[in-house]
Amino acid sequence: MLANEPLDRVLIIDLTKRRATVEHRTDLFQAAIGGAGVATRLLQEECPDGADPLGPENPIIFAVGPLSGLFPMASKTVAMFKSPHTGNLGESHAGGRSAVAIRMAGYGAIVIRGASSSPVYLVIEGDKVHFRDARAMWGMHSAYATGSIIRDREAGAGMRTIMRIGPAGEKCVSYASVITETYRHFGRLGLGAVFGSKKVKGIVVSGVRSLPVSDPKLYRKTYDEIFKATTESALFKKYHELGTAVNVLPMDAMGALPTRNLQSGHFEGADCISGERLAEEYLGRRVACAHCPVACIHLAAVRFPYPDEPYFYKTNMIAYDHEPLFAVGSMLGGKDGSHDTREMFRLLDVSDALGLDVMSMGCSLSWATEALERGVISVRDTDGLNLTWGDYPTYVKAAERIVSQPNDFYAALARGSEYASKHYGGADYALAMGGNEMAGYHTGPACHVGYLAGARHSHLDNAGYALDQKGAKSGGLTPEKVGKELATEEGWRQVLNSLVICLFARNLYTADLTQRALAVSGCEMSADDLNRLGQETLRLKHEFKRRCGFDLEGVRIPRRILETPTPMGRLDERFIRQALQVYREAVLPEAIPA
Amino acid sequence: MRRKGVSVAKRLCILDADLCVGCQLCVFACARRPGTAGVAGTGIWVRSAGGIRKGFVVIACRACADPSCARVCPVDALEVKPGGGVRLHPELCIGCHNCVGACPFGAAIWDASREKPTICTGCGYCVDYCAYDVLKLKELPANQEEVVYVGQ
Repeated sequence: MLANEPLDRVLIIDLTKRRATVEHRTDLFQAAIGGAGVATRLLQEECPDGADPLGPENPIIFAVGPLSGLFPMASKTVAMFKSPHTGNLGESHAGGRSAVAIRMAGYGAIVIRGASSSPVYLVIEGDKVHFRDARAMWGMHSAYATGSIIRDREAGAGMRTIMRIGPAGEKCVSYASVITETYRHFGRLGLGAVFGSKKVKGIVVSGVRSLPVSDPKLYRKTYDEIFKATTESALFKKYHELGTAVNVLPMDAMGALPTRNLQSGHFEGADCISGERLAEEYLGRRVACAHCPVACIHLAAVRFPYPDEPYFYKTNMIAYDHEPLFAVGSMLGGKDGSHDTREMFRLLDVSDALGLDVMSMGCSLSWATEALERGVISVRDTDGLNLTWGDYPTYVKAAERIVSQPNDFYAALARGSEYASKHYGGADYALAMGGNEMAGYHTGPACHVGYLAGARHSHLDNAGYALDQKGAKSGGLTPEKVGKELATEEGWRQVLNSLVICLFARNLYTADLTQRALAVSGCEMSADDLNRLGQETLRLKHEFKRRCGFDLEGVRIPRRILETPTPMGRLDERFIRQALQVYREAVLPEAIPA
Repeated sequence: MRRKGVSVAKRLCILDADLCVGCQLCVFACARRPGTAGVAGTGIWVRSAGGIRKGFVVIACRACADPSCARVCPVDALEVKPGGGVRLHPELCIGCHNCVGACPFGAAIWDASREKPTICTGCGYCVDYCAYDVLKLKELPANQEEVVYVGQ
């Protein structure tokens, strides 16, 4: 590690004792780089077996890496915790200003232990940590407002992150998110609920500092190479122009856009939620994460009239991406193609104000809609709400009830579709994989094996959807190929998530560039070292999951994914089970009895 | 107050802050020029205009012909450049912060690591890293150019 490199400083905040200390963990950062590599090992140290995800013993860990603050697109922070949604590994990544702010505050990782006796928000200004009284802010209805208040009260504008929860986090909805910089999220697996359980309303991190490099000339040269690629390469064109919503139409065209709880792969209203149409009619601003010139964050300017007040309007800026558009667009949209995009945006807006993971919310509501249609639940369960495809005003009310939980049904829905379907039935079409609701791709077997097998049950774990599309072109996939390739991809992504770069830059940060960029930060690693570290990190994650009681062998495969044809035909359960077995042997070889 | 003869100054113009996506590559570029990473010592700053939904404010010295910052410097550490703008003489600076308070744009940016301000000298290094044409280096006589937008 270079002299004056602050990356090895781990800030440990004990909420119970209201004390903060710094530990130098050179060992950890030298062995595991940063980000996911370091956070996985810190989770192993900090989280005892049998920990209650909502108990004080569950730690919250944030980690950044050596490239954060050095190079473009090293813009992500890794959060790790035990997930209240799945009961095992909780891992969620967010951009915004979070990574740069943590690095500029002078830390490689932040560990939060214990629980506060009353609501607080934490302010980390370089070496100073403040516990601010947040009792008056507890119970506020909108995470937007919480962000505004903290923004006005605290210093460091420009180089700070303001993480906060909404009422869903306070109520410990198992898929509550943590929002940062208004439009980015630690969205998945319930970090917001862990914040809520600790009575942490928000965390502000800010700082200004310089970071050492091994060779200034080489630094500028490597920087320019990366900068040129980020602004000129075709790799980023789609994220840059239309954003990830550019995926909607191609997914729909191939029949891979999950629609109405995956009863179909085609959505009649796909055109209305396409990146092309939204850019034309709604795009109001494009913004970027700190230190990323791609600016993939697309904000819709949506004008809402007040129903009871003539000539009164509000115009909200609402972020959209492929995943939220799938989750509330195609999954909840109507059959007749007359999509009410404005009211769909209202649901997205409300989901963000409440602080819900929009993907799990959308898939839970789509499960509930189908369950109601089939008579598995009744309008008594839904508190009188007649959930109907395309009826967004009713979905908005349902989202609010997921948080307010007026009855047992909504309390169950607040724990996701897998939990709710266990109690009410309809598990065959509860689209949770390993407990986490699916992403917006029904491309073939690999995407589903990827969701089921991936350490965080996310499409971003191993990009099964990309493997499907490659396989479709090259004449098919075998279970061996799917299991092996997903394990290899997921292993390499542990390296990228340790740097920590945005996965949109995964094809830019090749093994070669990764090594050269790391060398500038004073971290010399061979390609073999990197691959070994990736596989080892993935193995540790799966060992953690196993200790929490998760077994890939017994993972539930929702029947619905086998019923609705994919572009590669109907899926076969045996194929999926075999691929899961191959994946398992690749990531956890010693767990398989000889 | 030091002052030299009138000539043409180079200034960093913020052409249109509404084009700014808030990537802050200019901030990193300015800090990188001397050869380190991070943002300490930067002379340009980008922050949200009251939340990211409202867009961004870009702050850098507009090279005034009669700079308030130099007026309030008690030790003449800020030399007024020909045509406008200032050059800091760090060996004279006593770290009083007067310049920070005097600049209405906040363009005298405090560098806590040196206990001295950084004020854009119009070198233009950041311009090449702005992918959105927010920034431009212009040669203009002081205060006679078209309106220079600082912020929104």
